[in-house]
Amino acid sequence: MDNLGFVGIISIATAGITIAFGSLGPALGQGRAVSQALSSIAQQPDEANTITRTLFVGLAMIESTAIYCFVVSMILIFANPFWTHFL
Amino acid sequence: MTINPDEIIFYQFGWFTISSTIFFTWLVMFLLTFGSWLVTRKLTSEGELSRWQNLLEVLVVGINNQIREVSRQEPGQYLPFVGTLFIFIAFSNLLGIVPGYTPPTSSLSTTAALAICVFIAVPVFGIIQIGVLNYLKQYIQPTFFMLPFNIIGELSRTLALAVRLYGNIMSGTIIVAILLTITPLIFPVVMQALGLLTGLIQAYIFAILAMVYIASASQAQREIAKKGERSNG
Repeated sequence: MDNLGFVGIISIATAGITIAFGSLGPALGQGRAVSQALSSIAQQPDEANTITRTLFVGLAMIESTAIYCFVVSMILIFANPFWTHFL
Repeated sequence: MTINPDEIIFYQFGWFTISSTIFFTWLVMFLLTFGSWLVTRKLTSEGELSRWQNLLEVLVVGINNQIREVSRQEPGQYLPFVGTLFIFIAFSNLLGIVPGYTPPTSSLSTTAALAICVFIAVPVFGIIQIGVLNYLKQYIQPTFFMLPFNIIGELSRTLALAVRLYGNIMSGTIIVAILLTITPLIFPVVMQALGLLTGLIQAYIFAILAMVYIASASQAQREIAKKGERSNG
């Protein structure tokens, strides 16, 4: 098989693995964060505003790790520098 | 389908190119400026408010309250910067439901520019609040050996701001484009609606994070100054 084929196979497989593992971790983290926030709101309904705001900011911070993986996999598929090098 | 709207070129004359990012950025800026000018032309403080003035007042008061709650300081001097970030990002994301419109925030150039604005604004506001010496002293807290890590943290959070906004908005447009080729009937509409929610939340997150960074730059200083006074007195 030529170089182009190898680059294509490895890029696509790596993109899939990247987004799979990259969404696994943040999903677990977000689940933990939301469950903690819900139990906090159940205990202190008066603080719901502050908890919700902090929760949203925290969720975005956690989610950004998944977004990094998504960006990397998109680069691997649509803007792969090695692919254009061998083409 | 492209992950970089800078490559869509509307007009080219020699080295002078107008890409879709530049065009839509100026469009959003024009709409915001012209709309605000139209509304604020005839402001009233008595009698019945016009509905547009009411809208702007709700927006400004809301942003003011958020800044006050996050930073625990008076929002006056932060309002122009943080409010502009929020309104620009929110507006350019929400216009994404208009056909033919490419959000300028789905280009890494725009989001990097916005993140660099925050990167510059943090020391500027910190120095205005505390002074140059106290601001620089923050970099060698708690010990001198933390200096490189503080600098790396400053740079990496700027990168994170840019890539977070870019990735979220770009993924929205990409997912809609992919769904259009698979199930073109109903599902793209659902994802567009989800994109509206994500766009608004990301605008909120960007503004709040900018505010948190600025506030932490000036508040940490204040604690150091307080501690210094206590040990002196």
